[in-house]
Amino acid sequence: MPKDNASDHGGIGASPKRREDIRFLSGTGKYTDDINLRGQAYVHFLRSDIAHGKINSLDLSEAEQMPGVLRIFTGADFKDAGSIPCGWQVTDRFGNPMQEPRHPVLCETHVRHVGDPYAAIVAETREQARDAAEAIIADIEELPAVVDMAEALEDGATKVHEDLTSNLCFDWGFVEENKQAVDDAIKNAAHVTTVELINNRLVPNAMEPRVAIGDYNRGTGEHTLYTTSQNPHVIRLLMGAFVLNIPEHKLRVVAPDVGGGFGSKIYHYAEEAFCTYAAKALNRPVKWTCTRSEAFLSDAQARDHVTKIELALDKDNNFTAVRTDTLANMGAYLSTFAPSIPTWLHGTLMAGNYKTPLVYVNVRAVFTNTVAVDAYRGAGRPEATYQLERVIDQAARELGVDPIALRRQNFVTEFPYQTPVAVEYDSGDFNRLMDKLEAKADLGGFAARRKESEKNGKLRGVGINCFIEACGIAPSNLVGQLGARAGLYESATVRVNATGGITVMTGSHSHGQGHETVFPQVVADMIGIDASMIEIEHGDTANTPMGMGTYGSRSIAVGGSAMVRATEKIIAKAKKIAAHIMEASDGDIELKDGKFTVAGTDKSLAWGDVTLAAYVPHNYPLDEVEPGLEETAFYDPNNFTYPSGAYACEVEVDPETGKVTIERFTTADDFGNVVNPMIVDGQVHGGLTQGIGQALMENCSYDADGQLLSASYMDYCMPRADDVPFFVVDHSDGTPCTHNPLGVKGCGEAGAIGSTPTVVNAVIDALQSGGHDVPHIDMPVTPSRVWAAMQQG
Amino acid sequence: MYAFEIERPETVEEAIKALSRDEAQPLGGGQTLIPTLKQRLAMPSVLVSLTGIAAMRGICTDDAGLLCIGGGTTHGEVAAGADKFAGLAMMAAKIGDPAVRNRGTMGGSLANNDPSACWPAAALGAGATIVTDKREIAADDFFQGMFDTARDEGEIITEAKFPVPEKSAYAKFEQPASRFALVAAFVAKYSGGVRVAITGASESGVFRWTEAEEALGRDFGPGALDGLHVEPDGMIGDLHGTPEYRAHLVGVMTRRAVEAAR
Amino acid sequence: MPHVSMTVNGQAAKGEIEGRTLLVEFLRETLGLTGTHVGCDTSQCGACVVHVDGKAVKSCTMFAAEAAGATVDTIEGQAAPDGTLNTIQQAFQDYHGLQCGFCTPGMVMSASALLKDNPKPTEAEVRSYLQGNICRCTGYHNIVKAILAASGQDVSGIAGGIAAE
Repeated sequence: MPKDNASDHGGIGASPKRREDIRFLSGTGKYTDDINLRGQAYVHFLRSDIAHGKINSLDLSEAEQMPGVLRIFTGADFKDAGSIPCGWQVTDRFGNPMQEPRHPVLCETHVRHVGDPYAAIVAETREQARDAAEAIIADIEELPAVVDMAEALEDGATKVHEDLTSNLCFDWGFVEENKQAVDDAIKNAAHVTTVELINNRLVPNAMEPRVAIGDYNRGTGEHTLYTTSQNPHVIRLLMGAFVLNIPEHKLRVVAPDVGGGFGSKIYHYAEEAFCTYAAKALNRPVKWTCTRSEAFLSDAQARDHVTKIELALDKDNNFTAVRTDTLANMGAYLSTFAPSIPTWLHGTLMAGNYKTPLVYVNVRAVFTNTVAVDAYRGAGRPEATYQLERVIDQAARELGVDPIALRRQNFVTEFPYQTPVAVEYDSGDFNRLMDKLEAKADLGGFAARRKESEKNGKLRGVGINCFIEACGIAPSNLVGQLGARAGLYESATVRVNATGGITVMTGSHSHGQGHETVFPQVVADMIGIDASMIEIEHGDTANTPMGMGTYGSRSIAVGGSAMVRATEKIIAKAKKIAAHIMEASDGDIELKDGKFTVAGTDKSLAWGDVTLAAYVPHNYPLDEVEPGLEETAFYDPNNFTYPSGAYACEVEVDPETGKVTIERFTTADDFGNVVNPMIVDGQVHGGLTQGIGQALMENCSYDADGQLLSASYMDYCMPRADDVPFFVVDHSDGTPCTHNPLGVKGCGEAGAIGSTPTVVNAVIDALQSGGHDVPHIDMPVTPSRVWAAMQQG
Repeated sequence: MYAFEIERPETVEEAIKALSRDEAQPLGGGQTLIPTLKQRLAMPSVLVSLTGIAAMRGICTDDAGLLCIGGGTTHGEVAAGADKFAGLAMMAAKIGDPAVRNRGTMGGSLANNDPSACWPAAALGAGATIVTDKREIAADDFFQGMFDTARDEGEIITEAKFPVPEKSAYAKFEQPASRFALVAAFVAKYSGGVRVAITGASESGVFRWTEAEEALGRDFGPGALDGLHVEPDGMIGDLHGTPEYRAHLVGVMTRRAVEAAR
Repeated sequence: MPHVSMTVNGQAAKGEIEGRTLLVEFLRETLGLTGTHVGCDTSQCGACVVHVDGKAVKSCTMFAAEAAGATVDTIEGQAAPDGTLNTIQQAFQDYHGLQCGFCTPGMVMSASALLKDNPKPTEAEVRSYLQGNICRCTGYHNIVKAILAASGQDVSGIAGGIAAE
């Protein structure tokens, strides 16, 4: 099988088989729902079936007498608990903090979305808990629901939170100082293209539904929470410090194998706090397994922006300014990272790959009676890319110029590049990506393929897109200034065992990314030992250093860098030990292929000789270094990383039914250096399919009363195997990141960020080729919508 | 799910007896009923599984040349076994997914009469006779609107008898999420005339498109449908398609079925 | 409570069930075979696919009582007794056909049912057969490729082709 610039010991650049696959393929993985504790009880959450209501009374008397019921909890039980915290505070255009409502573990006075839990029944069995839920007599007075964002902002609109001044969470302007200049540039432009669009709400839908199991040990006073989380340390901090007032040393959070997350398992959810609390109250483990139906009503949802974007160009088609106006739906409560998504992860990318000198982004975040919205694969950056690349495509059409040429003309070509929206791109080569794309996608052959499609009665279109994203989240001092209430470093402890094997403990946590395979490649490469000598521990706060987890394409860029730093410390210490044993000076010791040598001599020591000496320090520099060989590093990046890409998609549209099929999809990505090309391929494939899903199929839709219309897989359309083709992906020869030791940029989100405009641009191109003057169709571009657009245009 | 018992009779007689119990409900392949039970939208005291009744399974041809399919026959068995009736095999092969087709049964689907299900279109489009433990009912009389049929409570669909057409086909435009029919057309050409049944489209459930039948009866070819259309009035409108779109698809899918007929 | 007995992965298995006990609940909770997963409650995702009497079924949409006397095969029974992965499992590892692993047991069981009926499927046949198995991680690319490879077909010409070493 092909070996892609691999080192000899399964290190950086190799594509070893994934070790975690053995257990996943043989049915012996351990996901949270596979854990059952002795004596565990089960909780069923009674959730609101209306979008907005005032709780007048809850009569539990009959339910409490039902068989198997242990206890029924309501909001009153949590009156002393904190609010489910929001981890990011945005400051508005006028210097004021965002409006931040209380988010109780269980509803106290009001229910605010369909699915909002207002009682929790703990019983001996799941079905008993559910039976008892039906016996609760709830007097909940229905109130008008606000669902549409524009209506929510109207004077006199019903407020989602009575104690807030309005449904406006914040009105954010960025860069506020540029506002006037941007307005002027647009007024004076030779050409302005405007697109109004909706970035459709999505449900992340990791295939493993969420699960939480609380456990409490009266003997030690220690709480344990088993949960489906991308970041157990973050959950421990948020839940312990802000909700339940449990100090970290008495709280252990374990996230075993996690079945996908895509952002939705970053957040601290009420169910986790409930199970932790109830386990102590009942002195029994309490387990909750979310059903898919419940997930649609309780997992944080995604996107949901309504945007107007204007692109100004001078007479030579140079971009002179971009102005956007967005309504961003927060849902009924502020989920953990929600306010950062439409602001700092969105506005800062609005320059895209282009040297547009002036950018102004306005975002009004709105509370509605819907499930909370938060980050989902890409998080803000897909929304930025979608609108920017749609408006550029439309501008090219209006101006009658080639969309690739228009992009190339405006590309940033020199790095580092300081954008007008705060971030500084460290590296990239957008023209080279476009060159690669044009070749790989065989754009030269498109005209012939279009003819062939037309022969079969189909319209064929090609869509192009370029994007850049800010990943490797994130420099703590910077995000602190932007409102983050946490640091965003990552950690690693490298524990070298006496006989030379290594255990690496990290705060990042795989939920499908293959960390157990990839991280050892990094450490193996540095020491020159086989990757099989290295094992990764993650997911358990009891045996890993405090780290921020896995999201934002950060694990290799930030977590991997922490591993490099810790391994550097290990190597430095090991060299001291080797120098002592070989009676040489530290500076003369070289480590190569797992062997220490004294430069210019034939003296050498094997890796295992030195590690053994560290733990059996008989002949050892005890006056210089301590015994043992274990080092921890916390790595805090000094910039984001900036993966970029150029994508091409070809679609066929069936003009009779409006059905769109993806015929070809080609990517040229710049991820900087790549540690494991096979895994990076897989990340791109998955991201693309999620983006194609958003573009063509997925739609989280509420009716005017706040009832979810797409509440199961019967109506929420997940992409299936027959909805996508084989992809052509390329990520070779990236421009290395200049500021982290691995030169890596991260690859987890690119596919989802780059794909939506590529697909929609292709559909519009196809329709235009058929003589339909359709400038835009909102996602998801369903057959019904395409057909309707064709009837009009 | 609420609690219930399960009975697994081996004969139709035992099943009828079991179904006479209070709140008893028949269980076919369960591919619709079990998800419904999970949502606690049904509360039977006993489910009478019909899949263990050997006499209700299988495909054969009777003396009159009718294709007889047992009520407990799975979609997968029909897809593989109805080779003399192309449209029927084509229809069965498009239901759900392979695992669903290995459990879901003809009888269950006919009895449920989901407005987007495939079987009602086939039965109506073929002019089948629905056989129960008590009587025989013509498909034209059996389907009585969304989720409604002529079947009485406790009555079991033991079999359906399908006249085998000269040519037939099923053209299905899938609702992309559920993979039920957004609109599908079953077309069957008999010596005595053409039948066209449409599922997925109408708020009244499966229906015959009689104008198309007449036109195709005169000239069985796609051109016969030119200028024919159904009105959006009464068509389903939802997340996946407007009434206008569904009305349009009725024409498209019917024509495609005619083109595919063999 | 009624008893049920069946043969699971070649071993006799029995236990007490309720009428409403799903086959997947019996496998996971009574027998401790947690390799079979539940990803939805509307019979769409396919994470729960097992074989009953040789046919792929969704074990979340079948009652345990209905499997009485049947032969049931799950992901746990696919590898050889010494742990050697079978051809399909091995192809999934070789071609990176899984990421989070949650849908994987159902995918492998569906793939095995497909190849039993159709030993050399086309790409389109594989994709069509997987309609009832949802994966959120892989974009299906490497799953389809792995299944084609497991069927003995040459996949080296398929785009984006980095396989494990």
